[in-house]
Amino acid sequence: MMNMKGFFQKMGPLLGLLLIVIVLTILSPNFLTATNILNVFRQVSINALLAFGMTYVILTGGIDLSVGSILALCSALAAGFMTDGMDPVLAVSAGLVLGALMGAANGFVIAKGKVAPFIATLATMTIFRGLTLVYTEGRPITGFSDSVAFKMIGRGYFLGVPVPVYIMLAIFLILYLVLKKTTFGRGVYAVGGNEEASRLSGLNVDRIKIGVYTISGLLSAFAGIILTSRLNSAQPTAGISYELDAIAAVVIGGTSLSGGRGRIVGTLIGALIIGVLNNGLNLLNVSSFYQQVVKGGVILLAVLLDRKKSA
Amino acid sequence: MAEARPVIEMRDIHKSFFNVQVLKGVSFDLYPGEIHALMGENGAGKSTLIKILTGIYKKDRGSIFYKGKETVFNNPKDAERAGLSIIHQELNNIPYLSVAENFFLGNPLTRGKTPLIDMKKMIEETKRALDALGVELDPEKPMIECSVGEQQMVEIARAIARKSEVIIMDEPTSALTDREIETLFNVILELKKQGIGFIYISHRMEEIFRISDRVTVMRDGQWIGTMKTTETSFDEVIRMMVGRKLGERFPKRTAVPGEVRLRVENLSAGRVKGIHFTVKRGEILGVAGLMGSGRTEIMQALFGAVKGAKGTVYLDGRPVQIKNPADAIKNGIGFVTEDRKGQGLVLDMSVRENLTLPNLKKISAKSLVVKKKELQFVDRLISLLKIKTSGREQNVKSLSGGNQQKVVLGKWIGIEPKLLILDEPTRGVDVGAKKEIYEIMNKLTEKGVSIIMVSSELPEILGMSDRIMVIHEGKIAAVFPREEATQEKIMTAATGGKV
Repeated sequence: MMNMKGFFQKMGPLLGLLLIVIVLTILSPNFLTATNILNVFRQVSINALLAFGMTYVILTGGIDLSVGSILALCSALAAGFMTDGMDPVLAVSAGLVLGALMGAANGFVIAKGKVAPFIATLATMTIFRGLTLVYTEGRPITGFSDSVAFKMIGRGYFLGVPVPVYIMLAIFLILYLVLKKTTFGRGVYAVGGNEEASRLSGLNVDRIKIGVYTISGLLSAFAGIILTSRLNSAQPTAGISYELDAIAAVVIGGTSLSGGRGRIVGTLIGALIIGVLNNGLNLLNVSSFYQQVVKGGVILLAVLLDRKKSA
Repeated sequence: MAEARPVIEMRDIHKSFFNVQVLKGVSFDLYPGEIHALMGENGAGKSTLIKILTGIYKKDRGSIFYKGKETVFNNPKDAERAGLSIIHQELNNIPYLSVAENFFLGNPLTRGKTPLIDMKKMIEETKRALDALGVELDPEKPMIECSVGEQQMVEIARAIARKSEVIIMDEPTSALTDREIETLFNVILELKKQGIGFIYISHRMEEIFRISDRVTVMRDGQWIGTMKTTETSFDEVIRMMVGRKLGERFPKRTAVPGEVRLRVENLSAGRVKGIHFTVKRGEILGVAGLMGSGRTEIMQALFGAVKGAKGTVYLDGRPVQIKNPADAIKNGIGFVTEDRKGQGLVLDMSVRENLTLPNLKKISAKSLVVKKKELQFVDRLISLLKIKTSGREQNVKSLSGGNQQKVVLGKWIGIEPKLLILDEPTRGVDVGAKKEIYEIMNKLTEKGVSIIMVSSELPEILGMSDRIMVIHEGKIAAVFPREEATQEKIMTAATGGKV
């Protein structure tokens, strides 16, 4: 009996995704086509990257509200560097490093300054957004690169599959293995489960915390680069409220907001659920106002079902 | 008492969960003005019996008489209204509200029929209720600033204010200082005189024999026996609880202390001021002292768990720098903390993950956990400590107290310690598991491991230590070799008396 329960706990998000896919397939002939499914995956990739980092953060019992702002700032910086004539590879690398540093700054304030993660990242969310507006002077940055390599990141295809999908899957695989196989991954769960017991067991709690926020920052920057490449411009308002979709994907995927419990596979499925819903509702011509209602309802439903199962 | 009628009579209670019988015909009664101890190892069915009495669970069979009438309480509120109160081990109160506000929690006094709260009257009434118990406590003090003992008094006062006729106490003394225990006992004995009956659940034998009138022992969901406390003995009760002869309560110490392993010089931390002591190889140093005397701070400082500790620590003659727990572990020091759930275990993790938590370096190569190494490591500890689990993947949350404690011990034995610090190693652990823990301690010391054992239970200190160090107000008040130590001497030193 316990096994049945465990089975549903693990498979719940996946079953939910399948259910939505089946319903949409019946309702819309255009849904289950190769082009559309690839399209969904590409749309999902940006939110998925943010949600992967968010999963690490939430597993430690934290939260990162600044992901959307880091995405925008790194997007603007990389675009700016390229307009100034920097080599695209170098500009992208610089953007990624800066994103990681912004995340590390979050982690530092939280671990060493003992500021609650919600407050710390709420503040840096505002700061990074402000810096984006300062840097871009509130205007989009465009016309920065004809580099084929840079275009590939967001717009390219390989064997018929969009490049961002490969990036998403590769990063997923790495993060999955890190969580499952490394001592760092074990530490992430332990810190979220019981910080004091982890500290007394000799784990370097501060380093683990700084680590997860750094990962979150790096992935936010990565998402920013993909977005910049896809739109061929850097928007100062990019990524606003993206943190909410990322948190939603984590929660729908069954990770506990109080930390210590959850799986990154769940997050991938959670991000797909959100993506499929958005896409399907568009195909069905549901007004975007109603789409929000549906999305919120799904989040509630997921959490309620999760509660039921663990009760 | 013979002519009185029992206030509670439970007859032949049966209960099953998912086809597993957890209560097999248990009977229990309580007279007004009686203190009836309910004993049994963890899992014997004490909690289930109490939960049936107070309406949390429904019985499958049997009958309950309350004041002579057959009664079924449908929920705890029902039972409370009828005059049954429970004081839980973990107290239920709102930490940031005052004592008075907690006292009136749920039905505050208002000005007439208005919804306005009459704070003044609440404070006065609370004061009166506490005074009646002989407890001095400011009703305006926030609950969070009260000691556990004070919080418990507030709950008892609430129970009295509700006109309770029966008070059920579940391990009431586990977090109290000795002084608070005295106050609690005085209050209980006073209320007993007024005709209130107590069901008293505790693992502490000394207490049971000190204050109870009768003892009922349960084992594996069965009623084993009910005796007058004056007509039974420690040994008999233990035998009934475990169903076999445990032999001596404390196994014989055979390890012979060797040369000095730990030397502490001029250690200061918090209220602890400049203390010196040593521990030898294979020695158990018992540390006694009242709660708040600084004994836990000393241990935390040794382990690097607190900031700002000063002093010099030598291990095997070498001075060592311990700035954090990682340093301590590197130097072979393990620390079993007194708060198992808060500091010892990650409750959402498995037995495997908990056992390896301080040993991740041992079971990994270049930060990658080596599955095979990990499983071998874990299996060895599980069999060494005889941890009863359904497997290494079992969640520690669902283990019994004794087995949880073995997991905590196991994770520290895994580091192959030179020095093991045990803070209240047998708290909330049943008698059978207690003895196993003592045997593990003996085995470790025979291999040369040094142990510092902090404990509030004097029999344990006397039964297991080679030497006893008594702490009073941050200083070492006395050090006794085992042969010279007595409970009286230790208590005198712990309370600041001359020895």
